[in-house]
Formats: sequence, C-alpha cells, structure tokens
Amino acid sequence: MRKIIIYIILIIFCFLLQSTVFRGLAFAGIVPNFLIVLTASLGFMRGERTGLLIGLFCGLLTDIFFGDAIGLYAMIYMYIGFLNGKFSGIFYPENIKLPMTLILFSNLFYGLFTYMLLFMMRSRLNFSYYFVNIIFPEIIYTILITLFLYPLILVSQFDLRPKNDAETTN
Amino acid sequence: MSPIVKKKGEKFTLSGKYLLFILTILCTGLIVLTLYTDYISRPLSVIAGRIVVPMQEGISYVGSSLSGRSEELVHIRDLLAENERLRSQIDQLTIENTMYKQDRYELTNLRDLYDLDAQYDDYEKIGARIIARDPGNWFHSFTINKGYEDGLEVDMNIMAGSGLVGRITKVGPNWSKVITIIADNSYLSGQVLATEDTLIVSGNLELYADGVVEFEQLKDNADRVVIGDKIVTSNISNKYLPGILIGYITSINRDANNLTKSGRLTPAVDFERLDIVLVILELKQEIEE
Repeated sequence: MRKIIIYIILIIFCFLLQSTVFRGLAFAGIVPNFLIVLTASLGFMRGERTGLLIGLFCGLLTDIFFGDAIGLYAMIYMYIGFLNGKFSGIFYPENIKLPMTLILFSNLFYGLFTYMLLFMMRSRLNFSYYFVNIIFPEIIYTILITLFLYPLILVSQFDLRPKNDAETTN
Repeated sequence: MSPIVKKKGEKFTLSGKYLLFILTILCTGLIVLTLYTDYISRPLSVIAGRIVVPMQEGISYVGSSLSGRSEELVHIRDLLAENERLRSQIDQLTIENTMYKQDRYELTNLRDLYDLDAQYDDYEKIGARIIARDPGNWFHSFTINKGYEDGLEVDMNIMAGSGLVGRITKVGPNWSKVITIIADNSYLSGQVLATEDTLIVSGNLELYADGVVEFEQLKDNADRVVIGDKIVTSNISNKYLPGILIGYITSINRDANNLTKSGRLTPAVDFERLDIVLVILELKQEIEE
C-alpha cells in the first residue's frame, strides 16, 4: 500500500513539474521529459509489470489533459516501462551507466514514436528538422535532469527494498 | 479493467507479457472510443480535474512568483543604481508627466472610437488563467482554470489582448484544454481585412522558432494583398467567430500553380508570455442540417 502511494506521489510530482514549473525553465522552448525518467527508472528498478503500469498511468495523465485521444501516450509510455523492465535483471543501484543509457534510449524511442504517430502520419516528412530541433535537445535536457531526479527516485525505492524483495520474486 | 483491480486485491500472478497484451488492447479500444465519443474522457477528465488542477493552480502561482523573485534578485543591484539616477529626474518628469497625461487621456478616447477592438465588445467574455502547458515539445496546447462549471464549452474561442489565441477542444469541470493557432495540427480559415480575400492559416512546428505561422490558398490575382496586411478570422470558418485579429502578413509567395499565394504571418499574440486569456462565451452559429 505504501508502495502504491509513493508511486502516485512520484507520478503526480513529475507531471506537475513538467507541465508547470519547467515550462518556465524551458531552454529554447524545450522541456525535459520527467515522466520518461520516472517510467524508465521504475521499469528497470521494479520489473516489467510495475514499469508498464507506471507508464500507463503517466501516459493516461498526459492523455487526459493534453492528448487528442486517450490511450495513445498511455500506450507509448507503457511499452517504454515494459521494455525497461526487461533490464531489471542486470540493474544494480550502484551503477549509473545503465540507467542513463536506458533513459536516453527510452526518450529516443518516445521521440521517434511521437514523430511517427503524430507528425509523419500528417505528411510532415522533414524528419531531420524534428530530430535536430525537438527530439535531440529534449534528450539532452532530460539526461541533465536525470542527474537530479534519478537519485530521488532511487532513494524513494530504497526505503521499500527489503519489503519488496520478498514479495516480487517471481 | 479487471487485471488492474485484481492486482490490488490478492496475490497477482499474471505475468508482464500478458498484462501488456491486455492493456495494449484496452488502450487501442480507448483510442478508438475517445476519437468518436466522449464516453470515457468525460468521467476521466472530472476525476483528473479534481485531483490535479488545484495543484497545478498552486504550482503555477508559486512558479510565476518564484521566477519573478529570482529576476528581482538578479536585477536588484542595477535597480539601486538606476533608482539613484532616476530620483534626480523625477521632478522634471513629473511636470512632463502631467502634460502627457492630458494628451494620453485624449488619445485613449480617440483610440476607443477608432480601434478594431470595438467590434469584439459585442461578445461576452470571461478571463481565465493558464495553469499548465503541454508537457511534450511537439504541440502547443495549454489548460486554463475554468471549465463547464463556469459555462465554458468545446469550440469556444480564446483571445489574449486583441488577438486570437485558439479554441477550446476539451472541457472538464474546472479546467479546459486550449489548442493554439500556432500548434502544428491547427488549421483555420482567415481573411485579409483590407481585401476580404480568404486564406487558410495553419500552425507549423518548423516555423515556430521564428515566431510565425503559415498561410496558404490565398487567391489574390490583382496583387492587392501586401506585407503588413491584417489577417482576421473569416466569416466562413466553422469554429471561429468572424473578425478576430489573427496577425499580420510578413511574407507572400506565389505558389507554383500560379493561381494561389502562400506565405507567413506573425500572430498578434505573444504566445511565449501568455498568462491570462479571455474566453468568448459565444459559439459560432452552426446550421443544422
């Protein structure tokens, strides 16, 4: 139960930061993607099931407030959470390189899919422009933010670790 | 629905792969459902609105006051020096000021008579505050802190100052989503104020950095439309009320077909610094078929 409350707090915290405070701190109009960091981190920390559920709720929140169809971002985030969960076997809290790489690729995946589903379908084909001006800066900014956000998520999960190990060994 | 509920109840054994499969189908269903009805999005928007919107309102308030505070700190030294200098000018300026005030009073009166804004006065408007912006970097929509409890409806037009910002695409009880005219998926019909030639204004992410939007399909064989012309919403638009200022033409090119023209226009609204917007509480009349 405590676990779930912490998840909810983390999701709402990240969503609020991203949609309010960091809109004001945007560099060149680009906002870092907190929800990706959260989804990916919980994915490789807690396994694929937690990852995909966290992703689902992050996406749903985005969909309800900013999406055109509910379920689209939910699906993208869900798959990101699930795929990150695949790496939970080789994740160690001391190692920062794997999380960084995974978050980087998650954001790339997110950017590519958003472009493909929402822009390429409307025949906006100038991919290089979107990559250089939107996807790439977003990744860089997100990685920077990860340096601060990731320890926070790690700490929030470490508290639960002993309890959890007993529960989720399947 | 059931896999999530079950999970909270007892020990849950469904493996990630199957859960992913079920939820994918669920999401696809939701996408299809919400594209054609607002069956699901209505209750969801109520729940989410009640939980998240109050927090967003608080944070945007704190955020804007914080950024204001940090700016104050940066500038405090400059301000002190400047203050000293300005103090000496005060006497002189006070005298000038009184003169200008009289002029200004006259000017505002005259402006009121001539201004384009006069025609917007017919519409009933309410103010709303922007509380959150699209967390992604692809579209430029935002949410405002008023919803159907305040009488707002989908497709109501949003203005800021004297220019068009966009329209409402989704309403919750205490919030609404606004799509801006500069968003990549936004199209609207406009017309040149001087010549009444119609054109299509469309947002484009690639042009966003330059602060302009595209227009196309302008039929102007007599070459009467020039750079700097005002573009207003047209009377044939089915979502936007007629005569609201969109922006000013910054470039015109003849299309390859030699019949129509296209180009760029600068919006009348500064979308980077929007804080409070006006909602026009009137919908474009639609003819029932």
